[in-house]
Amino acid sequence: MTDPRTSIINKRLTDVSHVIAVSSGKGGVGKSLVASTLALALAKKGFKVGFFDLDFTSPSTHIILGIQSVQPKEEKGLIPPKVHGLRYMSIIYYSGEHAAPLRGADVSNALIELLSVTKWGKLDFLVIDMPPGIGDATLDLIRFVKQIKFLIVTTPSQLAFETVRKLVNLLEELEIPIIGVVENMKIDESKTIQQQVQRLNAPFLGEIPFDAKIEEAIGKADRLSATLFTKKVKAVIADKLEF
Amino acid sequence: MHEWALAEAVITTASQIAEKEELREITEVKVKVGELQQIELDIFEFALSQLKTAIFKNAQFKIESEKAELKCRVCSNQWIFSKEKFDENTAEAIHFVPEIAHTYMKCPKCGSPDFEILRGRGVWLESIKGAK
Repeated sequence: MTDPRTSIINKRLTDVSHVIAVSSGKGGVGKSLVASTLALALAKKGFKVGFFDLDFTSPSTHIILGIQSVQPKEEKGLIPPKVHGLRYMSIIYYSGEHAAPLRGADVSNALIELLSVTKWGKLDFLVIDMPPGIGDATLDLIRFVKQIKFLIVTTPSQLAFETVRKLVNLLEELEIPIIGVVENMKIDESKTIQQQVQRLNAPFLGEIPFDAKIEEAIGKADRLSATLFTKKVKAVIADKLEF
Repeated sequence: MHEWALAEAVITTASQIAEKEELREITEVKVKVGELQQIELDIFEFALSQLKTAIFKNAQFKIESEKAELKCRVCSNQWIFSKEKFDENTAEAIHFVPEIAHTYMKCPKCGSPDFEILRGRGVWLESIKGAK
């Protein structure tokens, strides 16, 4: 018995130039916000951008971007709707506002299903909001998506960084490209995280200051684009993406 | 139609296996379709016939439906999925991503959403036969 879905994934991503997995070892570091604003910033720069929320058990990017009342179009597969200039895909199209209590194998199966039936078309960037940790989603993307590159988010907290260190070490061991590490929620001038990232031989992209006003922009993509947070994400990440 | 995307996956996989096994032609493709995914078999078969390439010219597609059997991890109860128990939107959500069953379905005995899909989830390529 062979799972026929896995052999079609690369074909579905043939016309996608770059796949960026926004990842972290820990939850609560601002991955989803970084991923959402990065996708918006890249689209604003004129790139064709897809955005895929892979945090199946706790999806949040639809809330960040205020996405509702849209569904993928069925056309010999699923074509994600274009919202705020992004081709947007999420499990919320199917789970709605209900919980999706999925174990690891179910997460993996749902991920393979969506990767094998979603038709992204031609994209410059596919930004993926990853679930926290080094679990099924991370391993499956490494296994199935040959153009995958990781963007890693940490905070100034040593607790967050310790998990990031493990993720960086694993990716380096597996020779998976790391775009770099960003330090989110920065509140002081400390260079501790930057120095530790450099010691790991991973690129340190920069700092994103803690933005107390970001909460007011949640759900409003236009306001989100105008925040200091998004401007920093653009300067620290989007403007540096040269492949 | 989602069935087309899955049919395309079957054709691609069977072609890859044939190439690996150096088959000159494929004579039979056996596919198992789990009932949890509620594939429209007519559309699926039509898609296979339209997507097949030269190597499948004389191939017979044998499609077998498989009941979806679920087992509760909490109380070990086993039951068979029946789409009639769901409204159209819910059944469609499960059709697109069968794991979404965990969102809308509970163990009929104890009410837990923590169940295992023992068999009958989706599309499997069971075997191919061909000539070298």
